[in-house]
Amino acid sequence: MAQRRYSLFAVAREAMRFHSGWERAWTSPEPKKRYDVIVVGAGGHGLATAYYLGKNHGIRNIAVIEKGWLGGGNTGRNTTIIRSNYLQDPSAALYEKARALYEDLSQDLNYNVMFSPRGLLMLAQTEHEVRGYKRTVHANTLQGVETEWIDAKRVKDLVPIINIDGPRYPVLGALYQARGGTARHDAVAWGYARACSAMGMDIIQQCEVTGIRTANGRVQGIDTTKGAIDCGKLAIVVAGHSSVLAEMAGFRLPIESMALQALVSEPIKPCMDVVVMANTVHGYMSQSDKGEMVIGGGTDGFNNYTQRGSWQHIEETVRALIETFPMISRLKMLRQWGGIVDMTGDRSPILSTTPVENIFVNCGWGTGGFKAIPGSGWAMADLVARGQPGPLAADFGLNRFREGRFIDESVAAGVAH
Amino acid sequence: MLTLTCPYCGVKAEETELAPGGEAHLKRSGPGSSDEEFESYLFARKNPKGVHFERWRHSYGCGKWFLAARCTATLEVFGTYPAQTPAPTPDILAAIKAKRPEWEGYE
Repeated sequence: MAQRRYSLFAVAREAMRFHSGWERAWTSPEPKKRYDVIVVGAGGHGLATAYYLGKNHGIRNIAVIEKGWLGGGNTGRNTTIIRSNYLQDPSAALYEKARALYEDLSQDLNYNVMFSPRGLLMLAQTEHEVRGYKRTVHANTLQGVETEWIDAKRVKDLVPIINIDGPRYPVLGALYQARGGTARHDAVAWGYARACSAMGMDIIQQCEVTGIRTANGRVQGIDTTKGAIDCGKLAIVVAGHSSVLAEMAGFRLPIESMALQALVSEPIKPCMDVVVMANTVHGYMSQSDKGEMVIGGGTDGFNNYTQRGSWQHIEETVRALIETFPMISRLKMLRQWGGIVDMTGDRSPILSTTPVENIFVNCGWGTGGFKAIPGSGWAMADLVARGQPGPLAADFGLNRFREGRFIDESVAAGVAH
Repeated sequence: MLTLTCPYCGVKAEETELAPGGEAHLKRSGPGSSDEEFESYLFARKNPKGVHFERWRHSYGCGKWFLAARCTATLEVFGTYPAQTPAPTPDILAAIKAKRPEWEGYE
């Protein structure tokens, strides 16, 4: 469908006629009988996959199928942090591609995703972390990712509210990525959805996949709560429910689904204009544009599909952050929520072909998928269009588990993403 | 908050007293096994949305490993049993069937 561009002129025009001319950002069509590509999952990764299939590869006969509502899974439940300071080369390439795409994503989509490269610090609070992060800085320099090691005094300058000489875990320095930051998570999904809809793709919400039809080891189509739909290719981009979809297609994934929680405080005046991650004590915090302190911590350790986490993890995270930021101790918690994250053994994602021909999976982003959305969509579109991974996705195949060729970020990046 | 009864010491333990240990009843692959078998043993997981058998350790109690049957979609616990059990016991299977008649059974 043809869309009017969002612009200052459009705002002025609508101001003159009581905002009666705004169109719906995307259509809500009934599914057709057949599509060239079906993407399951209308979160950030699924919509970005569809968008770059259309933009980079000219494939536009696409349906994006969503069980719930668009962007209502982990895309709407994360802490919106964007960074690319990874140790391993394949990860740095993929996450830096994503971060670089975020830089002008608002212009590209004609939708304000509010990318804010406000700077991101990963605190080093033990000697081991100091050595680890200095190594990461060297690795990033070789990879072309701009990060630097900064000392405790510089940390205090950047984050005046921090307590750098705590008794147990004093701040010894930090890994600093000046162009890391945050973006408006919902807007990323909405912007991609609008752009996909403008290219003539169908975004079908409230439509759950109930089965995957295959014949002779090749995908034929899917069964959904809105009827059967045939497809040439199928991309499964469903995060926490990846194992459920893989089961329908007849294979298993090296994935465990677990609950990860986040919370926000009541809104307060601006007090911290960077993102701070403290991996040793396990908490991370930034301040949203509304003034809420956005706080995230660790996952629960057991399989869980309920989108509810265990209370003691919230308590642990808050306890750790109060040591690091004493001034937040009197803040009230405003909201708390959970999402289901898909954890792999090496804490790196899977972008891969599968045992079934023309089924592709994009999953395993675990606790750190939001930052990767544009790069993930870019690499996944390449994989789906050509049927084999391009340079960005090559190392992230399922075969790495059989071959023992891990991209081990669980050790390199600590636990928090 | 999850509460499991330790089958050894009989204590009703809540989850801060316990350590999760992943999927239960994995068949260990020995020397001479193929790459596929090792991959399946080490990495491929059922990760079901529903009835799940898993390992837990009563780490701040008796310290022993035990097994639990639990629903990952509701967090309902069907029962716990000792770790020296190669497959789910008939008691556990009956307890699950009573609450989940549509469950397809342990494969």
